[in-house]
Amino acid sequence: MGEVIVITSGKGGVGKTTTTANLGTGLALYGKKKVVMVDADIGLRNLDVVMGLENRIVYDLVDVANGMCRMKQALIKDKRFDNLYLMPAAQTKDKTAVTPEQMKKLCDDLKKDYDYILIDSPAGIERGFKNAIAGADKAIIVTTPEVSAVRDADRIVGLLEASGFEEPKLVINRLRPDMVKRGDMMDIDDMIDILAIELLGVVPEDEKIVVSTNRGEPAVADETSRAGKAYRNMVSRILGEDVPLMPMENFEPSFIDKLRMFFGLKVRTR
Amino acid sequence: MDFFKFFSREDVSSKDIAKERLRLILVHDRASVSPKFLEMIKSRLIDMISDYMEIDEDGLEVKLTRMDMEKDVAVPALVANIPIKKVKHLARI
Repeated sequence: MGEVIVITSGKGGVGKTTTTANLGTGLALYGKKKVVMVDADIGLRNLDVVMGLENRIVYDLVDVANGMCRMKQALIKDKRFDNLYLMPAAQTKDKTAVTPEQMKKLCDDLKKDYDYILIDSPAGIERGFKNAIAGADKAIIVTTPEVSAVRDADRIVGLLEASGFEEPKLVINRLRPDMVKRGDMMDIDDMIDILAIELLGVVPEDEKIVVSTNRGEPAVADETSRAGKAYRNMVSRILGEDVPLMPMENFEPSFIDKLRMFFGLKVRTR
Repeated sequence: MDFFKFFSREDVSSKDIAKERLRLILVHDRASVSPKFLEMIKSRLIDMISDYMEIDEDGLEVKLTRMDMEKDVAVPALVANIPIKKVKHLARI
């Protein structure tokens, strides 16, 4: 029996889809688990683009929920990674095209065949959010070190608790260690104190995320990406390993690393 | 050093400003999430005060607002307006 994890945030643009793509890919690639990522953002689907699978969509989540096709017909197998599948959202409909009950049934069906079902929630706290959490067992809340994003995350914590989620986990995304050092960005402890939930991981701001999104290749598979390293650590934590937070210093590549890069050698991520 | 201070404008780091603003916003958000919360406080207040005074339950008003502590510093405040009908003898002891 698989586990359904919803990735949500309240505020838009904090990295829910990127987090879903990287954790999903990581669980399949490093955890050797059978994983399906479900895009619950009906009308504004993006997970397919981030994964580079946009050209392979035939049927979508709404078709499955309404019995227009079989589950297998809508699921897209990622050919680059064994055991990784995507259930795309519909682009031409809206959030009311499926009901929370239908989402719950869909999750229950997927649980039979997959180890992990990751649900990419839309922004907001309305119907789309309710759909996304309907069939979930656990929740991951993504935030960035900004007042607005943390405020929305706090609201989501409250709503999740009211819906019976016991211990939602926090992902702090796009942290800039240099700004934290200068005192111009809230640090990890500040946010943990305020939200009072357990931390799953911290992702440093990384240009490689933009590059990987451009290419449609998740950064988690990129050994040289610091954000990728952060996602790999989170994957290990989801699988039950006790991995310490990676140090947020050494943001700049060292002189030796720059030399290595110059000669086209592989740079180790610290 | 004063030259640099001119650019930084304030001694307080922007992170601390963010934290303090967030703290205040959340106190307010968390309290105002459900009207049920205020109703709970209201009924407990009535219970407690009724031992000592007769109060006008319909005129009772409990709300969460902001109160200025110092200049530019507003804190959330619970304001209760409780009309008294009669003070019970017990209270005069």
